[in-house]
Amino acid sequence: MTHVQLNRRELLLTTGALVVYGTGLVLATDAAAQTAATASPVGPDPTLLDTWISIAPSGLVTVNSGKMDCGQGLGLAYAQIVAEELDVAVDTVQVTLGDTRLSPNQGGGSASSGLRQGANPLRNAAAEARRILIAAAAEKLAQPTDALAVENGRVFVAANPTLGVTYAELIGGKSFATTLKWNRQVGNGMDVQGTAKPKDASQYRVVGKGFKRQDIADKVGAKEHYTAHIRPANLLHGRAIRPVIAGAMPLVVDATSIAGIKGAKHFVKGGFVAVVAENEWDAVRAARMLKVTWSDVPGPFAGGEEKVFDYIRAAKPTASNAIPIFGGKKDYDAQPTLVALAASKRVVEAEYECAFQSHARMAPSCGVADVRGDHAQIWSDTQKPHFLKVGIAKFLQLPVENVQVKWMHGAGSYGRSDADEAPFEAALLSQAFGRPVRVQWSRQEGIAWDPKAPAGVITMKAGLDEANNLTGWLLKAKGFNGWDIKFNAESPEHVLVGMLTGHKKWTGFNFNTPEESYRFPKHVHWWETVPPYLEQASPLRTAHMRAPQEMQTHFGQECFVDEVASACGMDPVDFRLKHLQDPRELEVVKAATQKLGWGKRANKGDGGEGKTSNAKIMRGRGMALHAGYQAYAAVACEVEVNRDSGKIWVKRVVIAHDCGLIVNPIGVRAALEGQIMQGISRALYEEVHFTETQVTSVDWQSYRIANMQDMPAEIELVLLNRPDKPIGGAGEPAIACFPAAIANAVFDATGVRIRRYPLTPERVKALLA
Amino acid sequence: MTSFTLNIDGIKRKVIARDDEPLLYALTDGLKLKGPKFGCGVAQCGACTVLIDGSAVRSCVLPTSAVGSKQIRTLDGLTVNGKPHPLQAAFVDEQAAQCGYCANGWIMTAAALLEKNPNADEAQIRDALGNIQCRCGTHIAILRAVKKAGQMMAANAPTGKRTT
Repeated sequence: MTHVQLNRRELLLTTGALVVYGTGLVLATDAAAQTAATASPVGPDPTLLDTWISIAPSGLVTVNSGKMDCGQGLGLAYAQIVAEELDVAVDTVQVTLGDTRLSPNQGGGSASSGLRQGANPLRNAAAEARRILIAAAAEKLAQPTDALAVENGRVFVAANPTLGVTYAELIGGKSFATTLKWNRQVGNGMDVQGTAKPKDASQYRVVGKGFKRQDIADKVGAKEHYTAHIRPANLLHGRAIRPVIAGAMPLVVDATSIAGIKGAKHFVKGGFVAVVAENEWDAVRAARMLKVTWSDVPGPFAGGEEKVFDYIRAAKPTASNAIPIFGGKKDYDAQPTLVALAASKRVVEAEYECAFQSHARMAPSCGVADVRGDHAQIWSDTQKPHFLKVGIAKFLQLPVENVQVKWMHGAGSYGRSDADEAPFEAALLSQAFGRPVRVQWSRQEGIAWDPKAPAGVITMKAGLDEANNLTGWLLKAKGFNGWDIKFNAESPEHVLVGMLTGHKKWTGFNFNTPEESYRFPKHVHWWETVPPYLEQASPLRTAHMRAPQEMQTHFGQECFVDEVASACGMDPVDFRLKHLQDPRELEVVKAATQKLGWGKRANKGDGGEGKTSNAKIMRGRGMALHAGYQAYAAVACEVEVNRDSGKIWVKRVVIAHDCGLIVNPIGVRAALEGQIMQGISRALYEEVHFTETQVTSVDWQSYRIANMQDMPAEIELVLLNRPDKPIGGAGEPAIACFPAAIANAVFDATGVRIRRYPLTPERVKALLA
Repeated sequence: MTSFTLNIDGIKRKVIARDDEPLLYALTDGLKLKGPKFGCGVAQCGACTVLIDGSAVRSCVLPTSAVGSKQIRTLDGLTVNGKPHPLQAAFVDEQAAQCGYCANGWIMTAAALLEKNPNADEAQIRDALGNIQCRCGTHIAILRAVKKAGQMMAANAPTGKRTT
């Protein structure tokens, strides 16, 4: 079944195989990933039930999770799951996320695993807690356990409800003194089990019901909530200074340039230059005023953004892998596909280009550190607190057990963003100056210097025989390294300040390919990574960004599916339905297109109004599919293309979505609505601009994202709930569809294929001319 | 450094700041208010928005010395006697926040609009809120919330005309 194949990204994290060029060596496993597996800190003992769950004398249930929330309301979903197993009210469950003192290392925010993996230990722990409490109640009430029932945290005799005892009375404030069986996994896969069996989904009363997040009241009510709000006593404010030409090193720092700012000091270590000051505005001023003479280096970004795709095409790969899909024998084997294509009557081919994109968080990186002697306390909105803890311990050379990270809410993060950067810098400055330090990155740093989603070129080829039957299918993704820095900050070389202070970058390679849906013959996925423009401390260092490399590869795959359908004279939906087998994939495609009212084109999809009229506004519809993270999304949309301006308006969007068992439909809807706007944004506007010397996307004008004027007029979400299936991830599958769904709709409207995203007005206008 | 007396949410508060210090830092670093947020520092995102004499202003570029005796309203003061402002209530009801970092900008800008014109239609709302950034893509829920708040405010407006 397809869903068995769907964890390619995780597969790569554990058993990913690489061909490393230059050495000719074929590695059976990715050495770097292995190192990660041995170095991962466990955190508080996962084998103790008390680690996961406790009940206060007031009856309040506290749950600790090693995950964090990117604004999707994960804590509420956990509260529902725990409340369900314990039979308590949802609002009596308090969830603590990502505090390394309290929560075991469940990997943090990663791969849409918050519920699909992160909920398992909590569910099992809560079920075990219930079993223990019922046994204790049976003893206290002198009743057999099967005579008892539970409601709202009170165990009572089913036949005589007045006879009962509350959880609080049974255990309030005391230890469960129970151990759990731990699967020895650290990170996303961590799980524990007791002897109790969790409830069957058919019994659910709380899971599956819509609950509203209460943290939103704090967020809109100006309550202390975010990392940015943490301001311990005796605080210093820190700011880093970046070179104009990426890669330049500081030669001279003129301390007198900030002598006029009382209390301001500068700091230099290796290539890292910073200032600290007694208040925030003075830190901003000092950072602007500090005179630094930088080394004269050539611009590292040969040709600038105009040449980026030429650079990728010409580059000698640093690593590659070819993965036969469905029935292939082994990795690294594209030969059967290449042979089949060579023997085909006709080969359809196209290349697709995907720009660098920035995580561009709403607030750039912020971190607060209080380093005292050999202890450090860090506040951060990192996605992976335990890894940040290890990384900072290594960086400051402190015993790892003396470093604690408290995850705080922060601006949305969407992958390996800049979130880990400021905490590292704050830690270094706090150690140096002996006071707590808060580092707030600037907007310019947040867009120009965050890790980027890698640019890539996706080459697609399909072979057809005389009867238009497919004979082979090749997807080759070549682009910047998805692991130029690691997927967490467990070591200093994975952040700027670490690289700037002499920590040499690791060598891990991955681009990633789609989790495949289509049953094409001789079907291969092939990826190659290219060398970075700048090895150390690059503003264009690349890492994962929401639906990592899936957006890029799906843009190629899902546009090309439409192109091949067109070459075969088929409707693109019919073509998909013909080649899909998984019933869940078939169902989301049918549900989305039916809801949209997919009309078959007489011209078989080779361009609608654009070919047949001179209308200023051309209309079309398109779709795309993505399966991944144990979830399935089909996005269908209608667009309007303005012939004169090239501007695209995505007027109507339908998402059909199957993420298995839905825990909170309100949460799933919110996650999907967010993906509509961020998906439109990445498809239409987002592109990192750079010259030979520097990144020139530095703010919201030079890095445009979608705004309220871009909002569709109509949005319809079809949620396909499957209580009999495991919980899938709802945070990523849909967003990967947007560039392809929109480009397909633009082709339908105009008859013009746009094979590069973002589909900016300028680019569309030029191609329509 | 100058000692300023600012009228913030109906209370006169003293803060020491440089004349050129943007109001945002005086409010958040000086007075520890939680509502206005640093997002860009160049008046492009809206996260730092406060109302000054009823108009939405980006506090990250407004020198503290330029405020004088004008009335500043912040998200911190929007809840009065424990009663959330209709916009805050509507944002909770419509779940119009993901990370929520941008919420201050939407709410304060919408407050400036709706307190003048609770009957603002969708086009007017989209226009007034057109240059606020939200990276999570919560625009859809935000628009619902602002419309809902407008209805609540129009219904409660003592002299406001209601459109049907």
